[in-house]
Amino acid sequence: MSMKSFPKPSELPVPAGAEGWEKIYPYYLVFQDKLKDQEDAKFWFCDSQHWPTVFKPFETIGGEFAVKCLGQYNSRHLMIPNANGIEFRVHLGYLYMSPIPVPEDQIAARVPHFEQRVGHYFQNWEELLKQWHVKVRGTIDEMETISFKKLPDMVPMEDITTGKAMDGSEVLLENYDRLIQLAYQNWQYHFEFLNLGYIAYLDFFNFCKEVFPNIPDQSIATMVQGVDMELFRPDDELKQLAKLAVELGIQSAFANTDDVDATLATVRASAGGDRWIARYEEAKDPWFNFTVGNGFYGHDKYWNEHQEIPLGYIADYIRRLDEGQNIMRPVAELVAEKERIVEEYRDLLEGEAQAVFDAKRQLAATAYPYVENHNFYIEHWTMGVFWRKIRELSRMMHAEGFWTEPEDLLYLNRNEVRDALFDLVTGWGVGAEPIGPTYWPEEIERRRGIVNALKTARPAPALNTPPEIITEPFTRMLWGITTEQVQQWLGEGEEVEGGGLRGMAASPGVVEGYARVVHDSDQLAEVQQGEILVATVTAPSWGPIFGKIKATVTDIGGMMSHAAIVCREYGLPAVTGTGSGSTTIKTGQRLRVDGTKGTVQILDDDAAPAVAGPGAHSHSHV
Amino acid sequence: MHSNEFIQFFDGGVEPKLENLGGKGASLVTMTSAGMPVPPGFVVTTAQFDRFMQEAGITGHIHQLLADLDPEDVAEVDKVSAAIREDICSRPVPDDMRAQTIEAYEDLMSRFDAPVPVAVRSSATAEDLPDASFAGQQDTYLWLEGFPAVGEHIRSCWASLYTSRAIIYRLKNNIPNEGLSMAVVVQKMVNAKVSGVAMTLDPANGDRSKITIDASYGVGEMVVSGQVTPDNMVLDKVTLVPITEHIGDKHAELVPDATARSLVEREVDAERRSRRCLTDDELKAVAQMAKRAEKHYKCPQDIEWALDHDLPDGDNLLLLQSRPETVHSAKKSVTAAAPGTGGYASVLGVGSSSPKAPDTAGNAAAGNPGASTSVSGNPASGTAGFSLGSITASLMKASI
Repeated sequence: MSMKSFPKPSELPVPAGAEGWEKIYPYYLVFQDKLKDQEDAKFWFCDSQHWPTVFKPFETIGGEFAVKCLGQYNSRHLMIPNANGIEFRVHLGYLYMSPIPVPEDQIAARVPHFEQRVGHYFQNWEELLKQWHVKVRGTIDEMETISFKKLPDMVPMEDITTGKAMDGSEVLLENYDRLIQLAYQNWQYHFEFLNLGYIAYLDFFNFCKEVFPNIPDQSIATMVQGVDMELFRPDDELKQLAKLAVELGIQSAFANTDDVDATLATVRASAGGDRWIARYEEAKDPWFNFTVGNGFYGHDKYWNEHQEIPLGYIADYIRRLDEGQNIMRPVAELVAEKERIVEEYRDLLEGEAQAVFDAKRQLAATAYPYVENHNFYIEHWTMGVFWRKIRELSRMMHAEGFWTEPEDLLYLNRNEVRDALFDLVTGWGVGAEPIGPTYWPEEIERRRGIVNALKTARPAPALNTPPEIITEPFTRMLWGITTEQVQQWLGEGEEVEGGGLRGMAASPGVVEGYARVVHDSDQLAEVQQGEILVATVTAPSWGPIFGKIKATVTDIGGMMSHAAIVCREYGLPAVTGTGSGSTTIKTGQRLRVDGTKGTVQILDDDAAPAVAGPGAHSHSHV
Repeated sequence: MHSNEFIQFFDGGVEPKLENLGGKGASLVTMTSAGMPVPPGFVVTTAQFDRFMQEAGITGHIHQLLADLDPEDVAEVDKVSAAIREDICSRPVPDDMRAQTIEAYEDLMSRFDAPVPVAVRSSATAEDLPDASFAGQQDTYLWLEGFPAVGEHIRSCWASLYTSRAIIYRLKNNIPNEGLSMAVVVQKMVNAKVSGVAMTLDPANGDRSKITIDASYGVGEMVVSGQVTPDNMVLDKVTLVPITEHIGDKHAELVPDATARSLVEREVDAERRSRRCLTDDELKAVAQMAKRAEKHYKCPQDIEWALDHDLPDGDNLLLLQSRPETVHSAKKSVTAAAPGTGGYASVLGVGSSSPKAPDTAGNAAAGNPGASTSVSGNPASGTAGFSLGSITASLMKASI
């Protein structure tokens, strides 16, 4: 069968107003004219799961660190025999990836190294993971100590008397370098166990597919997934706080949670309010280091800096408790069902096969939960602190006149920020005006225009000609980039009965209900009880929403995406990776979501929109 | 009425014994007591046959007639067979026994708003055993209404033990006539709107983590004889998630015709053909029932089932028969009932040999099944209970 192709990078239209976009990103992140033949020969898929919206120049840091560090564990630490890392480029503001295979003739030589290294980790898992927590926590603690203070008008007398002989600008520069360095450090740690978690999962996955041909992926995921994982902890904390508020009878204090100070003051003044506040403070550290996004964007809102968000969720939980609803996840039932599933598959095997099943499942059940739990420590906690510090720096430089909006630093890439800082300390040091306030505001305006123009177009799902079959294990598992998915994007997939969308059967069950399309976490407050959430991608901090909705449909993500994990946890149907759910479906349309088959039907649609993959077509999405 | 020596209701709560009830009868009682919904009915036990044969003076006559019979002398066998069957059908049944059978029949009818037709069929003590199949050697009678017809056909079943074919079979296989007995099952006719078979494995590859279901409209005879292509579904046995689904053409159905007291064939319209004949809930219910049967019998099962018109939705799924799946379990093929014998299949809707799935796509697992279990020589692999060789092999697989 001859395979259709995705557009070449050069064939994608540049949205009007985005001309010259290449120059706002570091040179090494964009496709090169001189490498066109080589780059066009590769298949690149868009990772819109982690980067659903256009990068501002500074924000490429998350993509760069994450994908680079993922790769290093494949190609330098673990010596994965057949997979190196993933090459990546920013094109028209979105991130595209291309996995790098290991040349055939080098695979065998890597096997003994791979087995030695992986063996060491699997044998010492608990101990090494304990160390990991210490290392990661150390990084975060150090990050917290960093600050970007305005430079003083004169060096303090104390520094004169002690003969320090430094003006303090070196601290500013060091702090910036150190902050970047610390973020880089935790991104390296991020992948220390991640690839291993997937490897153990894959081993069990393949075994299951052999002994139980066509076993649903869902079943395998259920057998290794943790039921009570740290990713749910922030949401659980809110539920506990809501329960305590009901217990104390202080529900009325939560009438207007948009006013954080007034709400907390009212609680404090209520009988038993001190107890609630103490519990609240306890929950905040660390569990409010939780973003409404995914940690990769400077505009992400974190609960501890936007307490109206968690307080709003608490208020909603209080309301539901008062209505007699059960807000807790059915953990006991989920555990029982998981155990039943493991037991029944296990009973289908005998003798040695059963022993192998046990060993592999045990390894996967030990190693896989990291894949779910690390997210809080890196994407949420580390990046929460990181972005907070970056905003502090941006505001300081804004006060120095470098830009017109407090957070405009994001329009500089991280190396330009280093230059601007040196510009600042130079001007300050010599007693002259820095150049930045003259140079940056205009340049930032130009870049803002480009970024906004880029945002008017969705990314192509992929670029160039795909291989006949997608074989690279991580690509399939992490991104859900399968041969079938690619076919679907190319419009060659199996059609859904009665028209509709097809995606991953991520969490079983069938429901009908009204759609609520959410493009941005700021819209979450619009979600009503019993609606079906339709989103580009979901984030862990949307947890409280999952208690209200009936099902989830996402554009992006596989079996192990956040939406899939949470929906299985809440027992809600989910169809992930539909490609175009959030643009095809309109709020208020009645949907039938079949999370068992992976289909979404629009039931009472007067003007049925054409169903297509995310495609290269533009649409407004702001 | 209660079960006794001569009559045993499926739901009578009496421990089934093969020698009293025959294979089919025992199986129906067992299924009922295990909570598997078979169409209601009762068994006329072997004790009744034995006492009738004794008291009517037939037993002695038979031994005489069969003494020196040559199985190759077909004309003589036919003569003897006719004589014995004439005895069985004409000599009087002891009054007390006959009264009990009538009472049982009336008790069964009292369970429905109006009298329903029943099927009467033989249940031989050696039939349906996995290793000595007599399937198709005894008779079955359908759509019987009123006791005179039922009583008459119970005798016909008894007589079927002495058809020429059965006599020759026993002579050739050295099966003695002493101790030969026959039970008879009287059971509500299934008024099937949809029916089919289910196997608790995937017949394409023997994979026991699947349930395979064939389903078509009406009773299943047309499926058995290959006159219609049924819907074919494969479900995951543990989670009951659908794996594959092929919608068959199901162009015709056999449905009961009350006035003709038989099945009539009619066309299925295009709309009903094009959709699956089972709803999601019904499909799941069939699979769950198959699972229960397998759990009960502790080996892969091949079940026959139907959805009954006379029963309310959600309560209308009936298990017609459950038998060990022999193809993959015993690694040998089952002897199919000869088509057209009007066996058990036609009574209750489906054949005794289930139609095999047309083809279920993508069942062949890619890769080398041995790969995962091979343990590499690496000394690190043993202690933690994982196999590095397998992990490596897993990553190297062409696809997942």
